[in-house]
Amino acid sequence: MSGNPASNGKAPIEAVGGLPAPASGPAHIAPPARALPGGGETRRHTLIAIVLDKPGVLNRVSSLMRARNFNIDSLAVSHTDQPDVSRMTITLHGDDVAVEQAAKQLYRLIDVLKVQDVTSEPTVDHELALVKIRATDSNRAEILTIVDLSKGRVIDLAAESVIVEVTGSEPEIDAFVALVRGYGIKELVRTGAVVMSRGSNSIEEATKR
Amino acid sequence: MTVTRGEATKPPSPETRRSHVPGDGTAGAAAVERARKAMLDDARPRRRTRIGADVVCEALIRQGVDVFFSYPGGVILPLYDVLGDYPEVRHILVRHEQGGAHAADGYARVTGRVGVCMGTSGPGATNLVTGIGTALLDSIPMVAITGNVPGVLIGKDAFQEIDINGITLPMTKHNYLVRNADDLPRVFAEAFHIARTGRPGPVHIDITKDALQQETNAEHPTEEQVIAGLPGFRPNMDANGRQLKLAVAEIAKAKRPVILAGHGVLHAEAWDDLVAFAEKTQIPVAHTLLGVGAISEDHPLSYGFMGMHGWKHVNRAIQSADLLIAIGMRFDDRVTGNVRTYAPYARIVHVDIDPAEIGKNVAVEVPIVGDAGRVLRALLPMVDAVEPAARAPYLEELAEWRRESEASSWHGSGAWRDGLLSADYVVARIGELSEHKATYVADVGQNQMWLARYTGFREPNSHVSSGGLGTMGFSVPAAMGAALGRPDRETWAITGDGGFQMTSQELMTLVADKIPVKIALLDNKKLGMIRQWQEIIYAGNYHSASLPGPDFAKLADAYGIPAFRAQTPDQVDDAIRAAQAVDGPALIWFEIAEEQNIFPMMPAGKGLSDLIEKWGGADE
Repeated sequence: MSGNPASNGKAPIEAVGGLPAPASGPAHIAPPARALPGGGETRRHTLIAIVLDKPGVLNRVSSLMRARNFNIDSLAVSHTDQPDVSRMTITLHGDDVAVEQAAKQLYRLIDVLKVQDVTSEPTVDHELALVKIRATDSNRAEILTIVDLSKGRVIDLAAESVIVEVTGSEPEIDAFVALVRGYGIKELVRTGAVVMSRGSNSIEEATKR
Repeated sequence: MTVTRGEATKPPSPETRRSHVPGDGTAGAAAVERARKAMLDDARPRRRTRIGADVVCEALIRQGVDVFFSYPGGVILPLYDVLGDYPEVRHILVRHEQGGAHAADGYARVTGRVGVCMGTSGPGATNLVTGIGTALLDSIPMVAITGNVPGVLIGKDAFQEIDINGITLPMTKHNYLVRNADDLPRVFAEAFHIARTGRPGPVHIDITKDALQQETNAEHPTEEQVIAGLPGFRPNMDANGRQLKLAVAEIAKAKRPVILAGHGVLHAEAWDDLVAFAEKTQIPVAHTLLGVGAISEDHPLSYGFMGMHGWKHVNRAIQSADLLIAIGMRFDDRVTGNVRTYAPYARIVHVDIDPAEIGKNVAVEVPIVGDAGRVLRALLPMVDAVEPAARAPYLEELAEWRRESEASSWHGSGAWRDGLLSADYVVARIGELSEHKATYVADVGQNQMWLARYTGFREPNSHVSSGGLGTMGFSVPAAMGAALGRPDRETWAITGDGGFQMTSQELMTLVADKIPVKIALLDNKKLGMIRQWQEIIYAGNYHSASLPGPDFAKLADAYGIPAFRAQTPDQVDDAIRAAQAVDGPALIWFEIAEEQNIFPMMPAGKGLSDLIEKWGGADE
């Protein structure tokens, strides 16, 4: 075997080159570890993205979130009052820095006009759920009372089931679903949150052309 | 079951056999030629109308594209049908679409202009993908064009149909699917604008065959119309004044500052601004792999190459710095190693044009979003001039570290001293004999690191390297584009035997289009970097590290490329000079030491202070 004699089958030695602290630094203690970006408290964040209504824009947003390792909790997309502009409400869990990074990454998309993290702002935060609940003659009245007290609305009444529409914040809907689970939920669908800042501020106005 | 053989299976007698090609000079031949011409005229009337394919050619000319790299195929043929009418654009017929994409990339890196590559649908498009990814990770302005099946066949799994738009979506800056010729002028204008503006990147345009064939009168938009049509694309070029003041305050109080220059300096063409800033503040400049050439290596304030295989003195300076001024770089893991132990005493000023890069990998004290050139020009009058004497103790300490590190790691393992040929010696000689004025195109692996460390770079955009994606096989095709982009410079492709064997088909393109690339093939008959990792990290388990290759001289000869061979150090200079003397492409087969390592090396996951400088205990 030809080659570098220095690297042929000899026992490896320990890595060398541990660097001394600079003269200005404290020599007797190890330097503090550099803080990583983020690493803070994880909580639910709500991002609002105003995007151009171009083919594939939903795909671009969802593909980016997947590729950048962000887990979307919910995503609601709809038209706005402007004909070629759509609005996305994205809820996701992460610390503030991670979510800020997600927003910055979204800005890199050419079709994204504006992204705002409204988590810390006063907002109206609503979603709609349809719940198909198993109902019998013996418990239907009981279910309807719960629906009524929860400000839900029965929109379909059948021999063995009812479909109830409830709106409210995510925890409110969670609470309702927990309440009726005992009767048997046959089907559940939720729209995901749609969120709007309170007051006269408008995220959409800033993007009007 | 018996098969009845018919009369037709009998071979026809020579008298009765009918040829499709009548002999020359016969009446039959003349008739065939007339019919052929008539058919061609019919297919392409001289005074024809403008179709989508014309728009593509017009757009390329309007964007100043003088050369592009492509390979034909079924659905892109309408474009090839009109290409002859546009002699302003040089078409290079590559031998594989990946080669075309890398060539466009190499062209863009040395010229700063948008590189263009093209392929057909399906396999042509997927072959471009590696090149597009390479361009994305290194922020290279590129427009990749593919044909697609006719619009009505999309989604029908037609012949050579693949959802290339879906494939390139996460790996381009933006992409388009064009199904209507009327959209082509706008899409092309937008694509070139997006590719080169702000942080550059690749843009992919997929065009259906029928869009290429449709007649259209659509006009090309002006740059203003393009910008107005892209309300979501407004790169922030100028820095926030308050942030600049914060940066100036950091610089004023720093005792051990280091500038980290990245690719952004080259993209912004800010090399003069960088030098002016460094000279005024007397701050040494370290560079990343893609920042090679941002400052001439013979400048007194140039400190060298950082990171995993960077110089020990550079990493040492970073680890003991109290301020890092990062300009147009992104704190890649190959630069920082373990972030927790990276530059533990340093505050960080981070200048980048892409806000998403700031705070992504390391937390920074002063973020500045803006174009590197504009930020440096804004900072220059704001910072205090520092007398060299005021920094003398610091700079002298750095100089001492540098002398020490260069003395200990020059020529890495020292294998050349035993009469074996070492790769670092080869690249150093290439740098010297080309007077440091050539374009040097690296492949990936040990050769890439040797090149970055030992060539000696003096000029911006003279170093071409696949840094982010680390694409083996990059060197020869990228050098092809680089040579066409900068014909005034000699172009060297420095490659290992592994990478070379991945894209050696482009040797024929070099010959056919007379592209004078000099190929330095560093053949250690190994996947050298793999072997090095296996030796050091995987306890010498050398699986698949050996890579037998062909007789490279014969291979080059088969293509008609003059080949030279060097096996010992004393043959190196002659071989280089001989290759330089060839008018056209040439190959030098350097049979280098088979087990040379590249040191120092920072094992992945470790920190910059944990460099391995030698291995095996021998005196190096």
